[in-house]
Amino acid sequence: MYLPDFDYIAATSVAEASRLLASLGPEAKILAGGTDVLPMMKQETIAPKTLVSITRLDGLKAISLEEGRGVVIGALCTHNEVMKSSLLQEKYLSVCETAHRMANNQIRNIGTIGGNITNAVPSADFPPILIALGATVTLQSNSGSRSVLLEDFFTGPRQSVIRQDEILTEIVIPVNGFNGSTYHKFGLRRSGALAVVGVAVAVVMEGDLCKDVRIALGAVAPTPIRAREAEALLRGKEINDALLEEAGKLAAAASKPISDMRGSAEYRRDMVRVFTRRCLRKAIDQGHV
Amino acid sequence: MQAIQDKEGVKRYLITLYVNGDSYTRVVKANTLLVNVLRDELDLTGTKKGCELGDCGSCTVLLDGKPVNSCLVLAVEADGHEILTIEGLGENEKLDPLQEAFIANAALQCGYCTSGMIMSAKALLNSNPNPTEQEVREAIAGNLCRCTGYVNIVKAILSCAQQPEGGSE
Ligand SMILES: Cc1cc2nc3c(=O)[nH]c(=O)nc-3n(C[C@H](O)[C@H](O)[C@H](O)COP(=O)(O)OP(=O)(O)OC[C@H]3O[C@@H](n4cnc5c(N)ncnc54)[C@H](O)[C@@H]3O)c2cc1C
Ligand code: FES
Ligand code: FES
Repeated sequence: MYLPDFDYIAATSVAEASRLLASLGPEAKILAGGTDVLPMMKQETIAPKTLVSITRLDGLKAISLEEGRGVVIGALCTHNEVMKSSLLQEKYLSVCETAHRMANNQIRNIGTIGGNITNAVPSADFPPILIALGATVTLQSNSGSRSVLLEDFFTGPRQSVIRQDEILTEIVIPVNGFNGSTYHKFGLRRSGALAVVGVAVAVVMEGDLCKDVRIALGAVAPTPIRAREAEALLRGKEINDALLEEAGKLAAAASKPISDMRGSAEYRRDMVRVFTRRCLRKAIDQGHV
Repeated sequence: MQAIQDKEGVKRYLITLYVNGDSYTRVVKANTLLVNVLRDELDLTGTKKGCELGDCGSCTVLLDGKPVNSCLVLAVEADGHEILTIEGLGENEKLDPLQEAFIANAALQCGYCTSGMIMSAKALLNSNPNPTEQEVREAIAGNLCRCTGYVNIVKAILSCAQQPEGGSE
């Protein structure tokens, strides 16, 4: 399986990458880990004329805690780097666990978190947990830099608000008081399988009282979505099992899954119910200190 | 990385790879994959090609010590990096302990997955000399084997684990 011909340019700065994307237009694409772009080019799903490589931009490879901003994850961090980050393990273990459940070791060594988001595939694993944690992404171009709530980033399968000349440079998880969070993925195999259903939950618990909660669903709608009715049911309440079951039903009702070779719509919807309940239980138990 | 354009306007790139401790400078095209440089240019055909889409792991090599699928790495992206292939294991005529263990445990049948499998195992043992069975299974989860059923592969890798201090044998 060979790759079709294309031109390759290794950008040396974000500004250069943005300038190239602007001047070359939609026929130019960013190359990060390439775990999505290259298989698609081999299968002739896409045929970019130019790949602008950003892999040498070392400034996009750090994970740090920034005063007043929160945890900042560089777009070029690989899944394994996210998984092994001691800062993330301490602050948001759920993000590390998400990375751990992705793809396989080889892919986790080259696939990047920025690519996983920008790709905008409905089944992608990072978006649900990052949306639940209220993350924003920074989009940078030569006309400026803007911060977009990840929840508002996606507009459809493989579609997002990113402009042709923009580069996603970082993911920011703001300081938000969540004391429990988790992501559960149902895939057809434990490794190397995309999500059939993905559910992420983040909670702020005070004893039994649920002060705040966010539920994000992946792979069951054209974009990742929030299950707002389920959240509203739980917010401000003392938690019990009956409430969690009801929240699961509301989340299932909010999902709009399709049927495909990985599972029927009915099955996916019911799995949303079950996984929402399980995720809530796990996140609440963590937050229940 | 130097780019050269020929009379027909085809762009080529001068890259240097450090493979199994030797340095190789080659001229490649943008669409040349690392696996094809290794196999076709350097004659290192121990690295196999199966799916060519990142699913099977038969093309696994270590890039700066980490296992990656060489079918998903552009040769230009590997410029300046260190690569270890199955040919780089062992010394002279002596096989690597992992290779010996695969033979001793009958951990291969057709052998197509073996070089990728061993490279994944090598990376695991380098960073974690005493892994659990679960850690071994996870490390080779990206390496598919159609023949063995994995049991003997896991056994072979575990047999190379360092004995914990004060352990038996
Ligand atoms: C075998 C296999 C298993 C997989 N398993 C999973 C899985 O379990 N879960 C999952 O979610 N995904 C999975 N994937 C998909 C893929 O690996 C991930 O989505 C990965 O994170 C993509 O990142 P990348 O760096 O390789 O992206 P690339 O392929 O380099 O890029 C993807 C897209 O994003 C654009 N892009 C990348 N980075 C930026 C940036 N910083 N700014 C602007 N645009 C950018 C590119 O132009 C391209 O359109 C799997 C893929 C394979 C091959
Ligand atoms: S040939 Fe590279 S992963 Fe299958
Ligand atoms: S021994 Fe045949 S594929 Fe593994």
